[in-house]
Amino acid sequence: MTAAPTAAAPRHSRIIDLLRGAPILGPVAALILACIFFATQTDRFLSGANFSLILQQVMVVGTLAIGQELVILTGGIDLSNGMIMALSSVLTTGLIANSGVHPFLAVVLGLAVCVAFGVLNGWLTTAIGLPPFIVTLGTFNIAYALVRIYTTATITSVPDSLLFFGNTFSIGSTEITYGSILMLVLFAIAWLVLGSTRAGRSVYAVGDNPEAARLAGIRTSRVLVGVYAMAALSYGIAGLLLVARTGVGDPQAGQTGNLDSITAVVLGGTSLLGGRGQIMGALVGALIVGVFRNGLQLMGVGSIYQVLITGILVILAVSVDYLSHRAK
Amino acid sequence: MFLKLALPVLTLIALAASPAAAADPIVIGLITKTETNPFFVKMKEGAASESTKLGAKLLTGAGAKDGDNEGQVTAMENMINAGAKGILITPSDTKAIVPSIQKARKKGVLVIALDTATEPVSAVDALFATNNFDAGLLIGQWAKGAMAGKKPVIATLDLQPGITVGAQRHNGFLQGFGVAKADPNSSDLVTAPQVVCSQDTHGNQAEGQAAMENCLSKNPDINLVYTINEPAAFGAFTAIKAAGKDKQIVIVSVDGGCRGVQGVVDGKIAATSQQYPLKMATMGVEAVVNYAKTGKKASGYVDTGVTLITDRPQAGVASKDSKFGTASCWGKK
Repeated sequence: MTAAPTAAAPRHSRIIDLLRGAPILGPVAALILACIFFATQTDRFLSGANFSLILQQVMVVGTLAIGQELVILTGGIDLSNGMIMALSSVLTTGLIANSGVHPFLAVVLGLAVCVAFGVLNGWLTTAIGLPPFIVTLGTFNIAYALVRIYTTATITSVPDSLLFFGNTFSIGSTEITYGSILMLVLFAIAWLVLGSTRAGRSVYAVGDNPEAARLAGIRTSRVLVGVYAMAALSYGIAGLLLVARTGVGDPQAGQTGNLDSITAVVLGGTSLLGGRGQIMGALVGALIVGVFRNGLQLMGVGSIYQVLITGILVILAVSVDYLSHRAK
Repeated sequence: MFLKLALPVLTLIALAASPAAAADPIVIGLITKTETNPFFVKMKEGAASESTKLGAKLLTGAGAKDGDNEGQVTAMENMINAGAKGILITPSDTKAIVPSIQKARKKGVLVIALDTATEPVSAVDALFATNNFDAGLLIGQWAKGAMAGKKPVIATLDLQPGITVGAQRHNGFLQGFGVAKADPNSSDLVTAPQVVCSQDTHGNQAEGQAAMENCLSKNPDINLVYTINEPAAFGAFTAIKAAGKDKQIVIVSVDGGCRGVQGVVDGKIAATSQQYPLKMATMGVEAVVNYAKTGKKASGYVDTGVTLITDRPQAGVASKDSKFGTASCWGKK
């Protein structure tokens, strides 16, 4: 090795090394920085009630992002998630309000429809070998149409039992929504499964190098179908949280769920190439979006600037991932 | 690297944000359907200048797109957390927003719907809006005069199913024209034997053009076109002109935006019902400031008025010319 080509390397390699070792550090630093910034700008930002509100506001997209993270870790992408969420939430509330189905049964049916969609996504991806982008673009449209065939009217009579996750409990003077706790629990479960089970390691292996994974004895098709199914289950739960949060079954919901959840995943430092990323990154990513939206609103900055900032942050996050990948 | 880049971004926002005022001003939230529609831009302008005049602080927010209920809910929660005394909202999803409005009102926040009524209307404290049925009625009555002696063959270019505004204008038009009777509050479209073609346009110019093309190929004898708004009307005009029928077809519309009134001047739109977003916003801001100072809540429905703009006045139908329309229009001239 001559000195010339490596001369520039040490300048940023320390940070790159740090980020490669723990890619979640960048997003966490950005989140903390944003919080400090907003705390200095508006005295209403730094309060338990406001943080609880932010958590409540990201519980739907955060839960969607759990599934999206799983799919992206396998090197795929899921464009259908918001519509699957909308379908299950409209179906569940509609079955109760219009057909008199017992709420418990309606919830189970709604979740079952989600899982069926997930299996369909996984099956089309593996058995026929279609690219996930195309498969889920197709199922996005199918779910969109099914929602509107089922109902174009918002379902407004939702039983109290379905509103539970929108209710709050108090710690001191801070009210916390049950739904945001559920989201955190789901993240914890996903983190445990991905980090310390064989199934979790197969997800990473398939995303990193499917051929190598297959040679190592991992049944990649089964892993992929399982991932899409579990992801869709998380979309169904997101649908229940959406109903609890807004108090209605809304056929217009979910149309930007795919891009919002991909944003959270990417901001959290997960690579769109698959195989690299941490599930907790998706939570941090969702929180970054939520903190900016809330903070800018409290400051009185128009919401269009929140979109602008999100765009800049996404490009930053992907650049960091790309640079650290190339540095290898 | 991330941090290095993040800092300038944050500085940028700090510069973009207005500095915090010394005293505690009255905080007012304005939530529109979208950020970009000129109608809402005008509304925002009106609310901003009135807030400045009265020394109040205006927070604005919007859904990501038309129909984005959760985005509006989020904006409302954030504004209440920012200490808003009142929320002015143009609901994107007239039913879905209701539970969140109820939560806000329980916290003592005054909620006023602008432009679009919630379902039920009573979900908000007050509604400041155009009477969309009257807006339709006016262009219907005008068209009846303008079409005297001809056999009407009508196309309606509508909004989309299930939206009250779209149904009210459409139904008002047909009732004004004297071919149908309708409930002014219904969200279902009525029809008449004279209507040979009805298509949804989502109030969008490209879709308006496609809808008109389809209607003309379905029935080339169409001579009267009702459009939900002016973008749809311009789309229809493009299709009609391409078919060489612009001399024999009359287009009527609703909105009174500056581009639309210019369309009246240019002879593309024969008559349009003008509405007043600035007035809705100004009245809304006044109502919130009044509530903050006196504790008195605005209530009920206030009609912000509608004026028929045309350069071909018809006997028995009150109207103003395009000069008046241009002076009082909204959007870019």
